[in-house]
Amino acid sequence: MSDATIPATAAPGAPAPPPTVAVHVPPRSWRSELRAIKIVWRRELIRFQKDRMRIVTALVQPLLFLFVLGSGLQQLSAASTHGVELKTFIYPGVLCISVMFTAMFSAASIVWDREFGFLREMMVAPVRRSSIVVGKVFGGATVASLQGVILLALAWTVHVPYSVGLVLGVFALQLLLAFSITAFGVMVAARIKQMQSFMGVMQMIVTPMFFISGALFPTAELPGWLAFLNRIDPITYAVAPMRTLIFANLDISAEAHQALNPPITWFGWDVPVALQIFTVFALGMVMLAIAIAEFSAGE
Amino acid sequence: MPTPAISVKDLHKSFGDFEAVKGVDFEVATGEVFGFLGPNGAGKTTTINMLCTLTRPTSGNAEVAGFDVATARDDVRRHIGLVFQDQTLDGYLSAEQNLRLHAELYGVEKAAVKPRMEQVLRMVGLWERRDSQVLTFSGGMRRRLEIARGLMHSPRVLFLDEPTIGLDPQTRASIWGYIRQLQRSEEITIFMTTHYMDEAEFCGRIVIMDHGEIVALDTPAALKEAVGADRIRIETDDDERAIAELAERFGLEATVSEGAVSFAVADGEEFVPRLFAELDVPIRSVNLSRPTLDDVFMSHTGTTIRDAEESAAKNRNRAVMQAMVGRR
Repeated sequence: MSDATIPATAAPGAPAPPPTVAVHVPPRSWRSELRAIKIVWRRELIRFQKDRMRIVTALVQPLLFLFVLGSGLQQLSAASTHGVELKTFIYPGVLCISVMFTAMFSAASIVWDREFGFLREMMVAPVRRSSIVVGKVFGGATVASLQGVILLALAWTVHVPYSVGLVLGVFALQLLLAFSITAFGVMVAARIKQMQSFMGVMQMIVTPMFFISGALFPTAELPGWLAFLNRIDPITYAVAPMRTLIFANLDISAEAHQALNPPITWFGWDVPVALQIFTVFALGMVMLAIAIAEFSAGE
Repeated sequence: MPTPAISVKDLHKSFGDFEAVKGVDFEVATGEVFGFLGPNGAGKTTTINMLCTLTRPTSGNAEVAGFDVATARDDVRRHIGLVFQDQTLDGYLSAEQNLRLHAELYGVEKAAVKPRMEQVLRMVGLWERRDSQVLTFSGGMRRRLEIARGLMHSPRVLFLDEPTIGLDPQTRASIWGYIRQLQRSEEITIFMTTHYMDEAEFCGRIVIMDHGEIVALDTPAALKEAVGADRIRIETDDDERAIAELAERFGLEATVSEGAVSFAVADGEEFVPRLFAELDVPIRSVNLSRPTLDDVFMSHTGTTIRDAEESAAKNRNRAVMQAMVGRR
């Protein structure tokens, strides 16, 4: 290895080294934790913005559901939808699915980060692990909701009129759902370290949850076993408020409301929308807490 | 006396039954370039991980930049820079974004981020490439960027784990250039592991670690001196007679290897004139070599660093096998 010659001084002609800038790093405080959360969050946004391909590919699945399934099954279902187009009916469900799968990919980025070593850079920083996890989850949630906003732009194609309340409401619900799904994904990522297994597990859990949630069918008068699964599926409590919100903006008959957006019931009790939303939020918080505990305990 | 940059007392680390680090003691003064040498599996990485707060010591204690690695983890982390063997950059971000992210995570004062970034990027020659995505960088550029990043928060101690492994000679040379420059321009202590013996020569002091223990600690020159013997190789017209005469007249044991007679002797420079004067066999060429760190390693561990690595790998496999069998 003697072919490596080590210059004892700077090479001739090289520019003089710039003056040293000594940096002072203050002790840890809530302020430094906030900075850490913010930069981890921003990194997710920067990466999302750079990854145009992902924005486009993530649109394919919701668009298939909305226009292919929605238009294709229109004739079959026309008799029972009380004049509401099937596309309009499944639109709230599609708003949810787009967020769910984007959030899943956001959470997957933590598995990539581990694989490519970047997770280590974050884990050795003099900040709490919880700040890293919170930044990651918020970042994933923000990215997923931004993806959801693209679908919101399609409301007119399914005859949903815009209003300020609708746009803000949909965005808030998407943010909430995205937060919970990302928290779930990050929780899973703490344990499952290979990308293939992670995506496999996520697909295995999230896809059934989506189908059972009632995103594509009304939740009243389901067979007993499906009704049971539907009620224990957390996604149900994100889809139902979303549909209620969209339907509140539609000019349709009371029968249509009753048939297509029946209230969610627990043993005959109508679950208030606020409680439904709270359920999703509470589950998200629990999973975030587990994710933080998992990452704090690890090396 | 100022506090040492690193102070380690009776540090142990066990993984189950396996004792990876068996009680090491050493001190590193501020401003030193301290080399940690040994084959893979000698306990180097475990030791460095304990000093960087990535692994908790089983017993004993260690202070880095004046803070205890077990009880003041974040204080240690604020004062150290880390460059790992495996890269830890975000390839989708630009060089500048990677550094900025680091500065934010370490809480570097906002006003200092820009000038410091320019300084460290200029030092490693990547200032012009600051807006390029790291994905487009070569292996050497990435390593240089990691070094720049490790320096962003002006650490008191910079840990370099095999900083030159897998790099071309030119990049290796420039990395050593940065280390020299840093020593002059900042009050920084550099702690590095390597298993390139020729690079260990550039360290102020080195530790040789083997089987979880420190077997030697001194300056490279002193370590080599302690080995004592220089090696002389001569080409002669009659090797057999030369060997016989060397044994007879000087009491030296010589062997033939690669077509030359080779033997070890103290003070080789003074011995060569005597050799010419007293040996009756015509000598065609002579080659005198000083002991290298390879010889130092050999004298302390009884094996070359390459062989040590092979046997360490075998031991590891055996340990894994035993662990698997034992669990059943």
